[in-house]
Amino acid sequence: MIALAAAHTPYTVPVVMMDVLQVTILVLVAAGATGVVLTRQPVRQVVALSVYGLLLAVLFLAFQAPDVTLSELTVGAVALPAILLLALAKMRKREE
Amino acid sequence: MSVFPFVVVAWILGVGLYGIVTSRHLVHQIVCLIVVQSSTYVLLLGAGYVSGAVAPYFFDVPNHTPAVDPVVQALALTDVVVEAAVTALLLSFAIQAHKRFGTVDPHELVSLKG
Amino acid sequence: MTPATRRWVFLVAGAGLAAFYLWGLTGLPGFGSYPGPYGPTILRLAVAQTHATGVVSAVNFEYRGFDTVGEEFILFAAAAGISVVLRHLRGERDRSAVDEAADRDVPATSGAVRMVALLLAGPVIVAGWWLASHAQANPSGGFQGGVVIATAFVLLYLAGEFLVFKRVSPVALVEVVEAVGAAGFVATGLTAVLLGMPYLKNFLPLGQYPGAVSSSGTIALISFFVGLEVAAAFILIVGELLEQTLLVRREDT
Repeated sequence: MIALAAAHTPYTVPVVMMDVLQVTILVLVAAGATGVVLTRQPVRQVVALSVYGLLLAVLFLAFQAPDVTLSELTVGAVALPAILLLALAKMRKREE
Repeated sequence: MSVFPFVVVAWILGVGLYGIVTSRHLVHQIVCLIVVQSSTYVLLLGAGYVSGAVAPYFFDVPNHTPAVDPVVQALALTDVVVEAAVTALLLSFAIQAHKRFGTVDPHELVSLKG
Repeated sequence: MTPATRRWVFLVAGAGLAAFYLWGLTGLPGFGSYPGPYGPTILRLAVAQTHATGVVSAVNFEYRGFDTVGEEFILFAAAAGISVVLRHLRGERDRSAVDEAADRDVPATSGAVRMVALLLAGPVIVAGWWLASHAQANPSGGFQGGVVIATAFVLLYLAGEFLVFKRVSPVALVEVVEAVGAAGFVATGLTAVLLGMPYLKNFLPLGQYPGAVSSSGTIALISFFVGLEVAAAFILIVGELLEQTLLVRREDT
């Protein structure tokens, strides 16, 4: 079936290269998750979460899911860090 | 090699749970919960992947090209946006807890006082 | 339970869970070999049945439209819950936005940030609108477009113009827009019922060319309503948190 697909359209990526990209991104995502959890300071953790969201977006792109990539980019790299930083600023003001 | 994505899913889940269990700050716990949720997105997309296939959009490829599963992508897509709003709700609970009890350490917020 | 005990209990339990999980992985068909009949069936039928080339949006808003109604109402309930949870506790009062902006002692926003943020706010809204209205053709859709539109409003706050943000997105108007979005989705489904068809059936004309903007019937309409609702929900969430951070103060300060 894969040979048929490759013969009919020029759009399928050669299977071997896709595997290497996917494996690399998976390893990076696992490392990113570990990095996010091990960052104990909340403000630094929010920056790490933003980078992790970017890595996840590239992973979803490698899994041939462009609209999940769009969602994850807008939410995980922009909206979630903004909301988290606002909540952190609120808690810090309290302690003054 | 063919189950490596699912092993990564288990790793992300385990690491996120470890972060939740050993956390000393409510917002740190919430970010670890975000990490746990992201493992489910990877699981969904990994389950629907077809080797050598394209994304399920047919405006530039002919109509019956082999494509990956669109149903799990639809699930993951709404999932990502909705969980962000639920995380914001959790954060508002954390803010109110900080206002009431003055601390954000979950180990000290053990018993709920009225 | 001390933290060390907690950590050890977690590691033991996690090892047990990992053992079961890896045992289960040995029976899986492996990454890339997707055996199920549901996916290929939908891929075969979607373009012909709905005239939408974006199969994921067709699945989201037509084949599994009922699940999307549920998810959208999770979003709605979360935004409403935030408004309720962040209500004023006893002993707090709201300061006026104008007073607070005058005597805040934060450093002024740099000129570059202001210029870039204000320049980008317009194009970002246009981009979000494009995303929300092209669900049936491209990798886009109501959910992504809505979040992008909300991001434009956050850019206004980042440019240092908190007062502009409050004036451009008054809470009453945003809540009305959110309600219109949520109700529009449900009303589209109910209109199908009124016309004698099952709930959320695609009753509008399907259009001639698959993937054109005016094709695929109710999918485009539902995507527009979802975009409205998601954008309004996120603007509401960010607005609530901003008010909490900047305006709400305790009585004794």
